Amino acid sequence: MARIEISNLTKNFGDLTALDDVTVSLEQGQIVGLLGPNGSGKTTLIKILNGLLQPTSGSVTINGNAPGVATKKVVAYLPDRNALPDYMTASQLMDIYEDFFEDFDRLKAEAMIDDLGINRKQTMKKMSKGTKEKLQLCLVMARQAEVYLLDEPIGGVDPATRDYILRTIISNYNENAVVLISTHLIADVESVLDDVVFIKEGRVVLHKAADEIREERGESVDKLFREVFKC
Amino acid sequence: MEWNFKDGIPIYTQIIDEMTMRIASSAYAPGDKLPSVRDLALDAGVNPNTMQRALAELERRGLVYSERTSGRFVTKEEAVLRDLHEELAKKYFEELTEKLRKIGMDDNAIKASVNKWMEEIK
Repeated sequence: MARIEISNLTKNFGDLTALDDVTVSLEQGQIVGLLGPNGSGKTTLIKILNGLLQPTSGSVTINGNAPGVATKKVVAYLPDRNALPDYMTASQLMDIYEDFFEDFDRLKAEAMIDDLGINRKQTMKKMSKGTKEKLQLCLVMARQAEVYLLDEPIGGVDPATRDYILRTIISNYNENAVVLISTHLIADVESVLDDVVFIKEGRVVLHKAADEIREERGESVDKLFREVFKC
Repeated sequence: MEWNFKDGIPIYTQIIDEMTMRIASSAYAPGDKLPSVRDLALDAGVNPNTMQRALAELERRGLVYSERTSGRFVTKEEAVLRDLHEELAKKYFEELTEKLRKIGMDDNAIKASVNKWMEEIK
């Protein structure tokens, strides 16, 4: 059974169709890129996988379960914007994660926070935008989860941090987990991906191994993306 | 050692080429233990599955071998390494010859210039 199963998923907001009959299954042991331009439905899809939005029709399951308590236990989610209380310090946020998630590895989080030069005693409010993003990513990646749903993990950080994040994703790789990374910064992530899913106006237009794309088309995923989504 | 990936060529073939070069140039000497898949993947900044796939292909080609518990090693088979050098030399020579023919040199001119430049490029 696939770790994530998305079947005929449609989501409407009023008369806007954000997701249109999406069917995708993702196996464990894979790092998958969810690639699409702004407004293509990436965040909506990830929010449905997290149970933050309900499908209009169709279904999603993680380990066979609909999003809920059982899936939240095994899903590490990085939202596209800050969802943590910003009056707390990095240390306090680690306390929260430790309380909430059995699979949270405190030592790992501390090591990452130190690597990235984040002050553990500073409140989030006082951190720069990039530092806030780094901190959230540390908390998420320090979980030993079965599913990582990372909504734009590299969008707001500098290139050195971007490298650190990608290295973290690689070193964190485990064959039981699936990592879904949504982004439009394809050139940066493409060497890390097994599969890519292109999403355009709420529809999946391509689901393929990244190396297969390079092999068959003789061009990078980034270049193909620019063709498919040409404005 | 630096990894540089080009666009439009599968990463795994580029890994195979780079690792082959490292073995041919004895950057990884015969009998050396290779770093783990994860460490190599981290170093190259690539997906661990892709690295695994490339190493499996190198193993199939006989350039590396696995020992059940202790990891992967560079082959010690002299014949394999000799074939590898032969194959690379042929490939480079083909590339060179193709370029020289393109600028209008015939075989005699190419042979003459090989001798000439061998003297000059020390």
